[in-house]
Amino acid sequence: MIEAPRISRADLARQLREFVHSDYVIADDETLKPYECDGLSMYCEMPMIVVLPETVAQVQQIMRVCHQYQVPVVARGAGTGLSAGAMPHAEGVVLSLAKFNRILSIDSQARSARLQPGVRNLAISEEAAQYGLYYGPDPSSQIACTIGGNVAENSGGVHCLKYGLTVHNILSVEMVTVEGEKITLGSDGLDACGMDLLALITGSEGLLGIITEVQVKLLPKPEKAQVVMAGFDSVQNAGDAVGGIIAHGIIPGGLEMMDGFAISAAEDFAQAGYPREAQALLLCEVDGTNEEVQEHIEQTESLFRQFGATSVRTSQSEEERALLWKGRKSAFPAVGRISPDYYCMDGTIPRGQLARVLTEMQEMSRRFDLRVANVFHAGDGNLHPLILFDANIPGEFERTEAFGSAILELCVEVGGCITGEHGVGVEKIRQMAVQFDDRELEQFNALKAAFDPNGTLNPGKGVPTLRQCQEYRALVRNPNSISEPKTAEA
Amino acid sequence: MADISQRLQDEVLAALNESRPLKIVGGGSKQFMGRPVEGTELNVGEHTGIVQYQPVELVMTARAGTPLKELEAALAENNQMLAFEPPYFSDQATIGGTLACNQSGPGRPWTGSVRDHVLGVRLINGRGEHLRFGGQVMKNVAGYDVSRLQAGALGTLGLITEVSLKVMPKPAATVTLVQDMALDEVIPYMNARAAEPKPLTAACWLDDRLYLRLSGARSAVDATAAQWQGEQYEDAEAFWAGLRDQKLDFFNDDKPLWRFSVNSTAPNPGLDGDWLVDWGGAQRWYQGDGELAHMEELAARAGGQVSLFRGGDRSGEVMQSQPAALKAIQQRLKRSFDPEAIFNPGRLYTWM
Repeated sequence: MIEAPRISRADLARQLREFVHSDYVIADDETLKPYECDGLSMYCEMPMIVVLPETVAQVQQIMRVCHQYQVPVVARGAGTGLSAGAMPHAEGVVLSLAKFNRILSIDSQARSARLQPGVRNLAISEEAAQYGLYYGPDPSSQIACTIGGNVAENSGGVHCLKYGLTVHNILSVEMVTVEGEKITLGSDGLDACGMDLLALITGSEGLLGIITEVQVKLLPKPEKAQVVMAGFDSVQNAGDAVGGIIAHGIIPGGLEMMDGFAISAAEDFAQAGYPREAQALLLCEVDGTNEEVQEHIEQTESLFRQFGATSVRTSQSEEERALLWKGRKSAFPAVGRISPDYYCMDGTIPRGQLARVLTEMQEMSRRFDLRVANVFHAGDGNLHPLILFDANIPGEFERTEAFGSAILELCVEVGGCITGEHGVGVEKIRQMAVQFDDRELEQFNALKAAFDPNGTLNPGKGVPTLRQCQEYRALVRNPNSISEPKTAEA
Repeated sequence: MADISQRLQDEVLAALNESRPLKIVGGGSKQFMGRPVEGTELNVGEHTGIVQYQPVELVMTARAGTPLKELEAALAENNQMLAFEPPYFSDQATIGGTLACNQSGPGRPWTGSVRDHVLGVRLINGRGEHLRFGGQVMKNVAGYDVSRLQAGALGTLGLITEVSLKVMPKPAATVTLVQDMALDEVIPYMNARAAEPKPLTAACWLDDRLYLRLSGARSAVDATAAQWQGEQYEDAEAFWAGLRDQKLDFFNDDKPLWRFSVNSTAPNPGLDGDWLVDWGGAQRWYQGDGELAHMEELAARAGGQVSLFRGGDRSGEVMQSQPAALKAIQQRLKRSFDPEAIFNPGRLYTWM
């Protein structure tokens, strides 16, 4: 457990300004304010200091100083995370990697790119396009989110069933340890000797080190992509159709599902021509060579009809493909338009459990008296229920959180997990006690200590202490106390 | 098919009590890898059976001692496969050993490695606790990725008892093209082919011949085969299996076998002797005598690492040496899982 830092804000700022440009050491409340939260704005905390280094040597020096005085360090990329993983620590430093925004090199022959951690996800594919290449993982925040954050969260996106997550698409990472030492994990090759620390660091949510450079793999851009949209009059039929596609041996580039509520909201917003009367909608993108796409599109259309699709439409142009995706990609803001606030959850389930989970979720929706819309990465079982609420109504956010917790616990009960791609952060730290037992959590904590013995890297996130777990389990056993207001403290 | 996890746990606890080192054995097909271990044999080979397999979920869970051939037979009934093409150094090869040794076949650059396909593990750690990490779903970012950490750790972090894997449909069609090509031409050629959006799934060079495998939808494979140079190779299946299992004549040699895992575009190290290039240039095999330190220099120039895969002097290190900071982290990690250092001491490095 970390103790109180052994240095005051003024003293730390003065020390950091000895080697970081003084404008990039922020220590006044007004300028610190924008850093108080990440993409999950319900969880806020003012940091002691924000520092924006410009070189890896400065990052090392910052880590040495913070290590010396045991100051907590929270790494931050673009701040688009959805689990409060970059929420500041009140007595700590937020280390922003925003200045590290250069693409260092692209090797078109080896199909790889070296990137500073603050490079935006979409910028990689934009720059690689001149070589006919692109970067696979495409989280929905890809316009803004950065590759360093993608590594920290093991980000996915729409195309992961076929092209994998971040962990499948990186070759090496340069990292600064809590002591300020620079190390390289992985190599230009496809594996390295010893323990696979590259896999371990991926998805570790800033708890093991500070990522200062990433080497990613690039893929040849497929010759063609087409999307088939199909409406169904029940979630069950749509779910069966997904199984039918997979059983047929087709691995789509993307396979997305929306429920009736999400369909209407998206159609109102994007006018993509979605069938409003449908109870479920599937978007199935097939990509590959021209011949392959033609073959698989015909099979997909026929399978959808076989599984009872009430409408089937296939994109005939790039514009039409973009339009059909527009509804799905704008589902979150579309839902945001019909509700003052919404809360996006992120559980994963075995696909076969979809109908059961959606049915139980409808029942919970009545019980908690909150509306819920569902968008779903159907190919890989990743659910994104959007709970609609109004933060200005007292108690409604607390009820939303309780509803969200119930959904995640249901995911675990049916054989899934509490987070598919958003990470645990602060948000889901209590549900870690549902997914893992005390010995497993202790193993996680021991593993963390191998990198960070004093626990100063992103404290309070990712893995709970056993005390936190006992408190949460007691809370679940005594559900009457759930409606009590909770603080957003980890 | 038997669940002997309780017995395995008891054996670990007994060893822990006596601070007695354990040598983990599954099917015994990869005992030549890593360094020799002194210890009581802990045999996971009888811990067998498929625990769960639902083809439509693309997920299979099996006990660690289950032979690969049993998994692949069950998958084949549903026209599915392990896309990482695990090597069978013998028929006894198990899924647990495949993960611990991070062994993947010729398709690895395109279809992924065993590390890429693992979704979850159960593991008995050095405190004798039977733990579960990851899960049986495609996406799971709860907790650290302890499952993938096992890949290549050679059993030094604990005893893997169960593995959950992503499985994939078999490709509808496969064609192999073969053509003559010299070693210096083949590296840029393989990489140029790999940069095309075509269904390439393996690229190997041996004895001045280049073998390219295409797999996927029938129409895509046929169209690409017609477009690309090379003769269709009839005996392809045996060739790729022989490459995967190291049964080709190239591997039938008593000289030390070195494995270079490098940048796929790196010029081949200037070392006289027998070479085989696989993984589209990213994995290169060399047969001959040499010093690890010298081999490391060559590997570093090629952007990668080297290990003494089979044969040679295995009393010293056989894996790429680790910088001090990485060594220290791995030693601390080892202690976090196995505080008494009972699992496979010295198998990975002399200091582990």
